[in-house]
Amino acid sequence: MEIKQVFRTLSEASGVSGYEQSLTSLLQESCPWAEEIRTDKLGNVIMLKKGNGIGPRPKVMLAGHMDEIGLIITKIEKDGFLRFGTIGGFDQRVLLAQEVVVHGRKSLTGIIGAKPPHIQAPGEQSKAVSMEDLFIDVGFDHQEQAEEQVRIGDIVTMKRDVLDLQGSFMAGKSFDDRAGVAAILECFKVLSQMSHEADVYGVATVQEEVGLRGAITSTYGIVPDIGIAIDVGFGDSPGLPESDTIKLSQGPGVAIGPHVHPEVHARMVETAKEWNISFSSDPSPHPGGTDAYAIQVARAGVATILLSIPLRYMHTPIETLDYEDVKRTGRLMAMFIAGVDNEFVEGLTCF
Amino acid sequence: MLLARLTEANGAPGQEGEVRDLIRAEIEPHVHEIKTDALGNLIAIKNPDAQGPKVMLAAHMDEVALMIVGIEGNGFLKFRPIGGVDPRVLVAKSVLVGSKKIPGVIGSKPIHLQKPPERERAFTMQELLIDIGAKNKEEAERLVKLGECAYFTTKYEELGNSKVKAKALDDRVGCALAIRLLQEEVSFPLIVAFTVQEEVGLRGAGVATYQIRPDLALVLEGTTASDVPGTDEHKHATTVGEGPCITVIDRVSIPHPPLVQELFAVASEEGIKVQVRRNTAGGTDAGQIQLSEEGVKVATIAVPCRYIHSPVSVMSKNDYEGAYKLVKSYLKRLQEREASK
Repeated sequence: MEIKQVFRTLSEASGVSGYEQSLTSLLQESCPWAEEIRTDKLGNVIMLKKGNGIGPRPKVMLAGHMDEIGLIITKIEKDGFLRFGTIGGFDQRVLLAQEVVVHGRKSLTGIIGAKPPHIQAPGEQSKAVSMEDLFIDVGFDHQEQAEEQVRIGDIVTMKRDVLDLQGSFMAGKSFDDRAGVAAILECFKVLSQMSHEADVYGVATVQEEVGLRGAITSTYGIVPDIGIAIDVGFGDSPGLPESDTIKLSQGPGVAIGPHVHPEVHARMVETAKEWNISFSSDPSPHPGGTDAYAIQVARAGVATILLSIPLRYMHTPIETLDYEDVKRTGRLMAMFIAGVDNEFVEGLTCF
Repeated sequence: MLLARLTEANGAPGQEGEVRDLIRAEIEPHVHEIKTDALGNLIAIKNPDAQGPKVMLAAHMDEVALMIVGIEGNGFLKFRPIGGVDPRVLVAKSVLVGSKKIPGVIGSKPIHLQKPPERERAFTMQELLIDIGAKNKEEAERLVKLGECAYFTTKYEELGNSKVKAKALDDRVGCALAIRLLQEEVSFPLIVAFTVQEEVGLRGAGVATYQIRPDLALVLEGTTASDVPGTDEHKHATTVGEGPCITVIDRVSIPHPPLVQELFAVASEEGIKVQVRRNTAGGTDAGQIQLSEEGVKVATIAVPCRYIHSPVSVMSKNDYEGAYKLVKSYLKRLQEREASK
């Protein structure tokens, strides 16, 4: 199975935080390497690949969030235009002139518009159009027409097909963090050719963008010994300081910081070097903002690490990455997991 | 679908080749003569030797675009707009660059690394770059040449209540109208100028008119509609869905009043809903056409389009059909008048 194609399909599908259901069946069809796939009450998709150690086997949890940021309809105007709010963090400046899908009674294509520039006051063009002045044009002429299709509270996603750039670069929406989910599938695929003692739980988590909620419940349910969160990290791009970014095409950023267990970090780096998998060192003084933060403090605590796939233009509809980095991340995790045994896991609580 | 093919073709001012080739293929079976001139205008002539008034239709082939003006050391492309583009509509969009149609994106800084006041300020053109995924300058230079243009990737699609979204409706909608009108049988000479370089100062229209020497000219356009929330009704200029617009004045022309009145009369007789363009700003090829030689009678008929000069504009299919019917009815009336002479 070509996981890059699965990634493309996942990216183009819709799954705003809390509304990830349509991704569940896609994932169930896309992970032949798992012996069991289940969902929990929040909607996390948990894919289990059993290890071949004789029990009790160590448990490694991989978490990549499948939810994406999106919009929600807040008002239907008299003339049929729709007003909206956001779910997750959008820079208002990226929304103007975007195409969207309004998930009403049926899926409707819309355009995010604003007052035309030629009738704005002088100087207005140097200001960003503020979120409250934006609207969605779905081509209806009055409120009643719109209300037949759209209700307040309906979800809106960016309308964006994946674009293949040069080499293995790709651009699209919701790579944050369907790339993490794809890395889990890549890891499972590699593991299917290997012997590993640990049980591996690949989790496509929900509601990360609104507060790491899926990671909280799924970690509680799985009770892992080791948790690996795979998210996207700020890729190098013009205008960003080098110290805030990781380079594309050089493998995942391996985080080091309060949310990263030092032994897991050391083993991850060792593994990367041993197998000649490129990676960047990613110092993370602010540990919040990814599933790793939630996984770490589940139950009695979990030895956790964060791997970051370098991604440019995060939280825009044209997030850009090098798919080779997704593969490298999957392979690194697989090689790491292959080395996890009870002895290593027992050592993780000894400080 | 004609309008889909036309809007999905790319043609910056001065680089209209792809659009020109597409139009040439569409009109060839329906005209007696096709010629191009030194600027690249495509001139289609029907009934060159017929009696009666020489009627010119004009629609411009070019669209606003982004010209590549530099390639950075890291392989990113610097660009500047050709024609009027508000940089705020460019953020986080995809483009196709140059003759090889290399896909690229116009990125922006992640919200996480911004301070809140930054989000109040618009990005400037200078800050925006195109990322084609090239590893370095050398790779980018192999794919893209300076002076080539980047175009939006927007697909034609119908939406809502008889609406259409597409890029470059200004002025491919005019091109589509002209192509359809060339399929009509008329008794007098009918000449269509598919003009170049309208967006950088109506450059092609004057040159085309000089060669055609028409008795009257109708300019077919896609014009701005500001009928959106946050805009007072008196500033709407035009309203999408209320029929084609007839211009009585704009920044560059005062269409010939008797011709304008006749268009209104035709609309009324044929039951075609039309509207007056309620804005004195903006200009069309009419500005140059009217000044050719000792002057030409002009009128402009336009289809209202929201969000023009942006990656995606919206118009009504009904307005498009209304414009077609209006011009067709006018040409028929002209023919009847000639026949009764």
